[in-house]
Amino acid sequence: MSQLPKSEAPRSAEIARSAEARLEVLTRINRAVAGTEVPELPAYPQSAPLSREEIVEQFEDRILDYRAAFTRVAAQDVPGAIGAALGEVRRVVVPAEFSDAWLPAGIDVVRDAPLLSHAQLDGIPAVITGCAVAISETGTIILDHQGDQGRRALSLIPDIHICVIRAGQVVQTVREGTEQVAPSVRAGRPLTWLSGGSATSDIELVRVEGVHGPRHLKVIVVDG
Amino acid sequence: MKVDLFLTCINDAMFPRTGQATVRLLERLGHTVNFNMRQTCCGQMHLNTGYRSDALHLVRKFVNDFRDAEVIVAPSGSCVAMIRELAPEAAHWEGDNELRREVQALAPRLYELSEFLVGKLRVTDVGAYYPHKVTYHPTCHAMRMLRVGDAPLKLLQQVRGMTLLELAGADECCGFGGTFSVKNPDVSAAMLADKTRHILETGAEACTAGDNSCLMHIGGGLHRLRSGARTIHLAGILASTEGEVFA
Amino acid sequence: MSGLHPAQPFPEAAREQVNQPQLRANLRKVTHTIREKRLRATQELPHWEELRQLGEATKDASLADLSNRLLTLEASVKARGGQVHWARDAAEAREIVTRIALAHQVQELIKVKSITSDEIELNKALDAHGVHAIETDLAELIVQLSNDTPSHILVPAIHRNRAEIQALFNAELPGEGHLSDDPAELAGAARRYLRHKFLTTKMAVSGGNFAIAKTGTVCVVESEGNGRMCLTLPEVLVSIMGIEKVLDRFEDISVFMELLPRSSTAERMNPYTSFWSGVTPGDGPQEFHLILLDNGRTDVLADDFGRQTLRCIRCSACLNVCPVYERAGGHAYGSVYPGPIGAILTPQLLGMHDQNANTLPGASSLCGACFDACPVRINIPQVLIYLRGEAAQHKGPTLEALAMHGMRLAMSEGWRFEGAVRLARFGQGPLVHNGKITALPGLLGGWTQSRDLNPFPPQSFREWWRQRGQGQTPEVDAAPPQAVQ
Ligand code: SF4
Repeated sequence: MSQLPKSEAPRSAEIARSAEARLEVLTRINRAVAGTEVPELPAYPQSAPLSREEIVEQFEDRILDYRAAFTRVAAQDVPGAIGAALGEVRRVVVPAEFSDAWLPAGIDVVRDAPLLSHAQLDGIPAVITGCAVAISETGTIILDHQGDQGRRALSLIPDIHICVIRAGQVVQTVREGTEQVAPSVRAGRPLTWLSGGSATSDIELVRVEGVHGPRHLKVIVVDG
Repeated sequence: MKVDLFLTCINDAMFPRTGQATVRLLERLGHTVNFNMRQTCCGQMHLNTGYRSDALHLVRKFVNDFRDAEVIVAPSGSCVAMIRELAPEAAHWEGDNELRREVQALAPRLYELSEFLVGKLRVTDVGAYYPHKVTYHPTCHAMRMLRVGDAPLKLLQQVRGMTLLELAGADECCGFGGTFSVKNPDVSAAMLADKTRHILETGAEACTAGDNSCLMHIGGGLHRLRSGARTIHLAGILASTEGEVFA
Repeated sequence: MSGLHPAQPFPEAAREQVNQPQLRANLRKVTHTIREKRLRATQELPHWEELRQLGEATKDASLADLSNRLLTLEASVKARGGQVHWARDAAEAREIVTRIALAHQVQELIKVKSITSDEIELNKALDAHGVHAIETDLAELIVQLSNDTPSHILVPAIHRNRAEIQALFNAELPGEGHLSDDPAELAGAARRYLRHKFLTTKMAVSGGNFAIAKTGTVCVVESEGNGRMCLTLPEVLVSIMGIEKVLDRFEDISVFMELLPRSSTAERMNPYTSFWSGVTPGDGPQEFHLILLDNGRTDVLADDFGRQTLRCIRCSACLNVCPVYERAGGHAYGSVYPGPIGAILTPQLLGMHDQNANTLPGASSLCGACFDACPVRINIPQVLIYLRGEAAQHKGPTLEALAMHGMRLAMSEGWRFEGAVRLARFGQGPLVHNGKITALPGLLGGWTQSRDLNPFPPQSFREWWRQRGQGQTPEVDAAPPQAVQ
């Protein structure tokens, strides 16, 4: 351990060690569980289904419970809602494919194309993204980081994250949400699940909103 | 009904009055009690301390002693849990699947006292009179393994003359845990201290429960504190009447 | 404490901890708060019990099919541009991480909280090679800055109150001025301290809560966003994961995303969860290593009763409901895995011959609260009892074993038992004072440390019963009210 090899020869030694370790671990596993049957999975328990409207209301309730901001607007009012969410902030970053139609006039919009450096992102106070799907039962927003959501760093570094969600993107249960993004995962996309803003309960289990991730999450649900 | 009493070793040797109370209570309710003199112990202490084969000897003895019983009633939640929940597993660990089957066959006929009264006989008013302030501690085995639920409370609520006081932190273990109390005396004592504090805070004269092993622990703590509060097994309260008091 | 190995038997370690009033008060407060919150979070779902059963079965299926799933995982991660390493033990895992760090010539790396990395004592090993690992989880940072060790799975600094953390940060975080004890202000200081590190550090190390075999996906569940920072911004990412964490399909994750947050932080969902599969072009670290760690897990797997321990999703619910944990605190368990899960996992990982670890299954009154709380239905009380049996076999002929065996013989027949009780009644004479026993010798001395004992009464039940059956039917005499029982 104290004399770690640095050259090429030890690298092949490492490859040999790894292969040996792999074989041994797999052999040990097979010996350990020989003859054990793989159990059938019981059916996934179902929540009593809610109506479309109840789902959006439940989502709102959960988001507010996380002490994140929530507004619900008609499509034409999105720029106004974003403007209101930005408040004093005049500069935002958006994914390359974010719709112009949603952006309010009079703010400085930076597109993440070509890709901005981490330092550049750190200098921009707010980011606006869409989402892949949202879950009402838990107030969760799932990003699969395509299209109007942008890469992971984009929705991570700025301090305010405004997330625009179409009402139809909100499903009720964790299971439905998971199923909706399964194809993205199979295609190799990363996911980020957001439920409220960053928080910690590490000091006396007192919940403190806003640690390393964006300290402000503002959710705008768009009808129609 | 003919009821076989499984008294348990600790009650037999140390708390005979709990046995007498159980007999008196069941007879008052019109049942015939049988006490098989061959019975001894369920093996719980042996199993929980790690002595599986000793424990299984005692389980086998239990099965032999009670094989022909119609119903078996024990005034001890932990001993019932031992036979019903743990013994089949333990038999399996030792590869004794015949014993496992036999215990499992017997298990549905074995009842903890409150479970027997409320669940099987469907009585809650057993005609008891006990003019004291009492608080009730649900023992862990009765609550979490046997799931007797509020059966003991239902019985206690019907006792005439008694004031039932609510115990804070009732669902917390008293810290007995069999040999745990001897092997980890410091943690056990810390748990006991919280339990006795809660009991004394109720202002009750006595704390009751369905298991004398927990009560021995709690009572020993209350006595060491010179608190004046005492313990009494649930059977003692339920057997007490105007004419006869079981402490 | 270091890694998995307890330095002393549990009863001794617990004695030191039990007698610290500040620690007791801190633990009592937090465990009681989280207990109530967890009940609310779980009771909100009417089908909680079915979810637990599904979680249990999903994990059991993975364990039964483990080698296939690991091979699939390996192939999928590689297909997505990641590298997979196998480590038989802690030393191999440490060596792999160190090798990667040295190859990239980093002097510093950032870490997401990972108990697995604490299990293998990674930080110390990296230090020895001049690589400083910076813990970025707030509680881990508190532990690291105070040269302490974690005492809880979820909130490793749970034994510290805000005043202690305030004093620590005021002493250790440069340029912060004077901080108050407001948790928000203390968290803010941690944010400022770590921000630059996140944006500039080249390499990160994480654990993994789950991995998906078919898609080669690793998942990290967290709250603060330090996880997202570490998993997204560095160029090189190394994730160390126990082999038992693998699931089959992505859809399998759903049940655990329902079970885990409600059981651990008692929230409907934790703030952030990240999933990634190998390397994503143009997004996140462009070099990814997954280390699959055995370190005793295959031994646990080989025991068909103990195996259920490997279902654990490290939610910490069992710690929070445990009356022993509440009094003794995490450090008493002497391992990175404290509480009820630690009491069954540590000795199984180390082997029951470890004379300190094999006292851990005794660290329970068997009250059963942990089983009720466990989201994957690990029957911790039964495993504890089972392991006590395994431990007894590794202790040889002790006084305790003799006593137990003797007692069993005495109980082999009713008449023998009756005789033994009579003998005990006779023998207890010298111990009884004013109707009580207040000091016991030998093995039983622990009892009278804080409790008195009733002596054997003059007549056992069976003696009474025999007398009654002989037609004398002694009237049950009304006892004086001060009698116990
Ligand atoms: S044993 Fe169960 S309750 Fe304890 S940490 Fe693991 S999953 Fe959670």
